[in-house]
Amino acid sequence: MRLERRTTPSRAALLLAPVAAIAGTLLVASLLVAWAGAPVARAYALLLEGGFGSRFAITETLTRATPLILTGLAAAVAFRARLFNIGGEGQLYLGALAAVAVGGMHGGAGFALPAWLLFPAMMAAAALAGALLLLGPALLKSRYGVDEVVTTLLLNFIVLLFVGAMLDGPMKDPSAMGWPQSVALQEPLQLGRLVERSRVHTGLLGALALAVLLWALLAFTTLGFEIRAVGANARAAAFAGMPVTAVTVKVALLSGALAGLAGAVEVAGRAGYVTLDMSPGYGYSGIVIAMLAALHPLAVVAAAVFVAGILVGADSMSRTVGVPTYIADVIVATALIAVLVATLFTQYRVRRAVAK
Amino acid sequence: MTELLELLAAAPFWISVLRVATPLILGTLGVLLCERAGVLNLGIEGIMVAGAFAGWLAVHGGASLWGGVAVAALTGALIGALHGVLTVSLALSQHVAGLGITLLATSLASYAYRVSFPRVDTPPTIEPFAPMSWLPVPVLNAQTPLTGLALLAVPLVGWVLYRTPLGLALRTVGENPAAAEGQGLSVAGLRIGAVVAGSALMGVAGAFLTLAAFNAFFFNMVNGRGWVCVALVVFASWRPGQALLGALLFGFFDALQLRLQQAGPGVLGIELPYQFYLMLPYAMAIVALVVMARRASTPQALMKPYRKGER
Repeated sequence: MRLERRTTPSRAALLLAPVAAIAGTLLVASLLVAWAGAPVARAYALLLEGGFGSRFAITETLTRATPLILTGLAAAVAFRARLFNIGGEGQLYLGALAAVAVGGMHGGAGFALPAWLLFPAMMAAAALAGALLLLGPALLKSRYGVDEVVTTLLLNFIVLLFVGAMLDGPMKDPSAMGWPQSVALQEPLQLGRLVERSRVHTGLLGALALAVLLWALLAFTTLGFEIRAVGANARAAAFAGMPVTAVTVKVALLSGALAGLAGAVEVAGRAGYVTLDMSPGYGYSGIVIAMLAALHPLAVVAAAVFVAGILVGADSMSRTVGVPTYIADVIVATALIAVLVATLFTQYRVRRAVAK
Repeated sequence: MTELLELLAAAPFWISVLRVATPLILGTLGVLLCERAGVLNLGIEGIMVAGAFAGWLAVHGGASLWGGVAVAALTGALIGALHGVLTVSLALSQHVAGLGITLLATSLASYAYRVSFPRVDTPPTIEPFAPMSWLPVPVLNAQTPLTGLALLAVPLVGWVLYRTPLGLALRTVGENPAAAEGQGLSVAGLRIGAVVAGSALMGVAGAFLTLAAFNAFFFNMVNGRGWVCVALVVFASWRPGQALLGALLFGFFDALQLRLQQAGPGVLGIELPYQFYLMLPYAMAIVALVVMARRASTPQALMKPYRKGER
């Protein structure tokens, strides 16, 4: 048995691929739900209802989707240029920390600037923090060929420890009774509600706008063309005279900035301060979302809403039928692998080996 | 300063160096096997979690400790087989497939743990491996048999890689798969075999945590050790002996940061938050990666999928 590249993607396979991927994922998840002793059909109904079935469910899902759109975009743009940025989690936390450093109250010692000036400064600081964090691994990759996957992964652990140290030390909220949380953002910097009686905040609009901007950048600008060219074949791009290192660096700054913004938006839109558990792996989920979306910025939005819905739905399903919430992580991971395999079969066909 | 020297001269320090290094030795050898055959295995972090959990669960369910190790190896091998099919047979992106494997294995282990133990506040414990106190070698007699196994695995992997036809075939497949094919070797078979064997070692590396270092399973117990192993393989230039050295060096820094934390500001003369000590091993892994990457002899076909008749 061997794989043979199709000259044109098969239309049937293109249609069937997502269906097959979803079916495969549901099959795996069903077995696990049955193993936990819960009624499978009811568990799925509850999951869907909990994620999308009511006003509360939808607003919760959109709230959860906001940082996921941003980390998904961060991964998508980097992966487009074959820069495997797995450091979204660290960039998110550093961005959140930078946002609070600039926009925090610091016991009255914070910056006394008007909000229209301080808000952009806060967002810029977060974007810069994320961007600079990815700059190191990107330079090491293009200068010395150091694998960026390992460096960005290891940096995640270092950043989380650094944030922990800051929350214990200079950025600690003294009124939090020993709970490790940062000082709060100044009131006018916090994002407003988008929908009344819900937690959806205006950060969602920002994330959607960035998705459109990134799509336009990739589709219509020279940089977008260079990113796609470097991703398709870096050597060919270099041969064609493209500044591969410069493109990689620009992509790194863009990707890191997006992940950093995810942290700032999450802080400004939700708690208003940084904690060590503010992200349940949004950085890592962003990678899955980017892959599910085939690295397309607009599809990232849909994939993020899908993943957020599963996370939120699994929480509520778990409370009712006692299936551990980790089922959501299993579904998302299985979906990633299933989509990868399904996509492959749109480009390749299986051929029986011919006897020689 | 004398305080620091005294600390380094004491046997307990070196005992903890070797203990910290053990899962890294096993994990690094596992990654090395996969990469020598041309396959990057970023599934290691998840495979270690799954191995730690499965091995511990088997022992908790009544299996012997070695039975638990076998279950962990088998779990690793099974997940490795999936990674092998994805990256070799289907030639998917090794980066993305590996991350998918890590996410899947980690979430499956967490899910299985919660299904098996729905309501426990303190994790259930088992009776872990006892030290090999019968050995007449100082530091080594404070270690469990799994450390002995890890130390034996180093020359074994080296022997297989450099002294057997199988090892030659594996290395050929990792350097020049087309040439290997020309020699009548099965590229896919050898690569999947290497990933399965390497993943079994990763599973045992995870089991060391639950069956020897601790006596229970915690969700975050692997905590980046798998990624460190991936860095250590580069540091080791894909050689088993240097992998042992790298793991020991890493163990040295990890044990050192722990001692410095406990000793307090007196030793270094400055007071640092404990998190900065914990950063040291991760930072060292990055430094090691950067220093060695420039002169590393990377397997030439690493991360390059091989499809017959396609260039």
